[in-house]
Amino acid sequence: MPIDKFTVLESTYVPLPIENVDTDQIIPARFLKATSREGFGENLFRDWRFNPDGSANEDFVLNDSKYSGQILVAGKNFGSGSSREHAAWAVHDYGFKVVVSSFFADIFRNNALNNGVLPVVVSPEFLSKVFAAVEADNGQKLVVDLEEQSISLNGEKEEFEINPYKKNCLLNGFDDIDYLLNKKENIEEFEQE
Amino acid sequence: MEPKTLFDKVWDAHVVEKIDGGPSVLYIDKHLIHEVTSPQAFAGLEARGLKVFRPEKTVATPDHNIPTVNQHLKIEDDLSRNQIETLTANCKKNDITLYGLNHPKNGIVHVVGPELGHTQPGMTMVCGDSHTSTHGAFGAVAFGIGTSEVEMVLATQCILQPKPKKMRITIDGELQKGVTAKDLTLYVIAQLGTGGATGYFVEYAGSAVRNLTMEGRMTVCNMSIEMGARGGMIAPDETTFEYVKGREFAPKGEDWDKAVAKWKELKSDEGAVFDKEYTYKAEDIEPMLTYGTNPGMGTGISGNIPTADEVEASELPTFKKSLEYMGFGLGDKLLGKKVDYVFVGSCTNGRIEDLRMLASLVKGKKKADSVIAWIVPGSKQVEKQAQEEGLVEVLEEAGFELRQPGCSACLAMNDDKIPAGKYSVSTSNRNFEGRQGPGSRTLLASPLTAAAAAVTGVITDPRELF
Ligand code: SF4
Repeated sequence: MPIDKFTVLESTYVPLPIENVDTDQIIPARFLKATSREGFGENLFRDWRFNPDGSANEDFVLNDSKYSGQILVAGKNFGSGSSREHAAWAVHDYGFKVVVSSFFADIFRNNALNNGVLPVVVSPEFLSKVFAAVEADNGQKLVVDLEEQSISLNGEKEEFEINPYKKNCLLNGFDDIDYLLNKKENIEEFEQE
Repeated sequence: MEPKTLFDKVWDAHVVEKIDGGPSVLYIDKHLIHEVTSPQAFAGLEARGLKVFRPEKTVATPDHNIPTVNQHLKIEDDLSRNQIETLTANCKKNDITLYGLNHPKNGIVHVVGPELGHTQPGMTMVCGDSHTSTHGAFGAVAFGIGTSEVEMVLATQCILQPKPKKMRITIDGELQKGVTAKDLTLYVIAQLGTGGATGYFVEYAGSAVRNLTMEGRMTVCNMSIEMGARGGMIAPDETTFEYVKGREFAPKGEDWDKAVAKWKELKSDEGAVFDKEYTYKAEDIEPMLTYGTNPGMGTGISGNIPTADEVEASELPTFKKSLEYMGFGLGDKLLGKKVDYVFVGSCTNGRIEDLRMLASLVKGKKKADSVIAWIVPGSKQVEKQAQEEGLVEVLEEAGFELRQPGCSACLAMNDDKIPAGKYSVSTSNRNFEGRQGPGSRTLLASPLTAAAAAVTGVITDPRELF
């Protein structure tokens, strides 16, 4: 699947100050029965977002009209657990283009990148400031600049790391399969060895 | 030559190309697929007009979403049935070996791979499932991938992966009676926490690990992902060769001798450098139990849930939220807490030795009336062996019933769901909120601890029942 190009994003953001948000919370297993990639956003954070009777849980941040935006900011160790890419699809399908946290689980991070969702790792101090700022003013914005590898909050800037290959993919909207398909000859040679 | 780790040896031998400043193109020897994470990959392949590149290197089995009763009947749930039919159609179209529902070799993908000899030392293996780390028990580099990556492997038999860092966890000494591989791994995870090994590939070493059976080793490697590790592995030795020998897809005759000679090289060289090392003593480990909503929240069975002082202040809000979900309090004692359900199964503890453990403890006793127990073998072959060994009889006499193989209540995609608010002592691998059904409360444990809970109806130290 070709991914969206990513350069700079300035957006308000949704705070989720919970640690160890695992993939079963992002998208519970019972919603993994689809055979296409679409529509998972509806069930993003399903069991936190909705009460058992299907009504919206007003206490959950996605149901709080104060908060919106294309950036999700979460507590440390976001995306631990299963390899289900459905978690990244749900985040993407809901409309998030960036997830900010002080720590990501490996597989989620890979899956997010493969779907054009940028995981931005910030320091725990920066993360606390981001949470505090939106509590004080829900119109608060973050600016994420991929070329520069920076994230800024009210002019306070922090740099983040990303593998140069992945950065290039995102900047240009390339995906890994295209890359690998171009390497078929080398792969066949390798098989001969 | 510079000394190399076991991981380096296997990884380096599979690198087709390294991208400057980027990931490596890694060749994959064996690709396992199941019904939940593969349909979108096949669809993607089709959209690009591609065929599966090396169909003989992919093996399929439906497991996550299948019922564990009446498997011979049509699957009632339309979505589940559609997923399984889609897998069947995709395999047929692409000449991929499929152990479909009702096939005598069907089962959980991480049980089937090893038992048929698909899993072998020195291989690179992937599957769209995080517990692919299981296969590392054989000295393979095995890890879970997302669906886009499944598509990559189907299309090119390769994957783009940055090389992880290396960690060694050494456990020396002898495990006490009643302490199993599951306790060992829950202990390590409790020490390191759920993110403690993120970014690393783990090698398990030490005499306690060496003395584990192959199935015990699989349990340990299986749980590697629960501390965030990309995978876990154990150097192959006689125990490994003994297990692999004679299995359907294992090398035979002369090829076998050659293979073993090669496999014997697969160990970390003296002086090989790891980015991180941890050492534990087997004697410090008692039967373990989790009390929270991630696998790192575990303690010895005689212990307490930490008090507020024992939890780091910054983590206290998340910790309290987790206990609230579980209906437990700070400082609570675990022994004696009421249990509603017991689940023995999954790719962590659904093999024959696990059923033997269960049977050995419940033999001559009775299941507590208040407990509902689901015993789910990991595969058809495990089921058959349990019948042949008379385990099924022992279990039935004690009031237990075997269900049919599948992932079942490990992730509760099918109807095997623990009801909201109920406590389940489970031999599976995850205790996340709602993992075993919306609102379910999971306590992870070994088959022995699960068995003890099943016969007493409360959390019980299995060592008291021997
Ligand atoms: S048994 Fe559980 S952990 Fe293992 S493959 Fe099935 S769902 Fe995943």
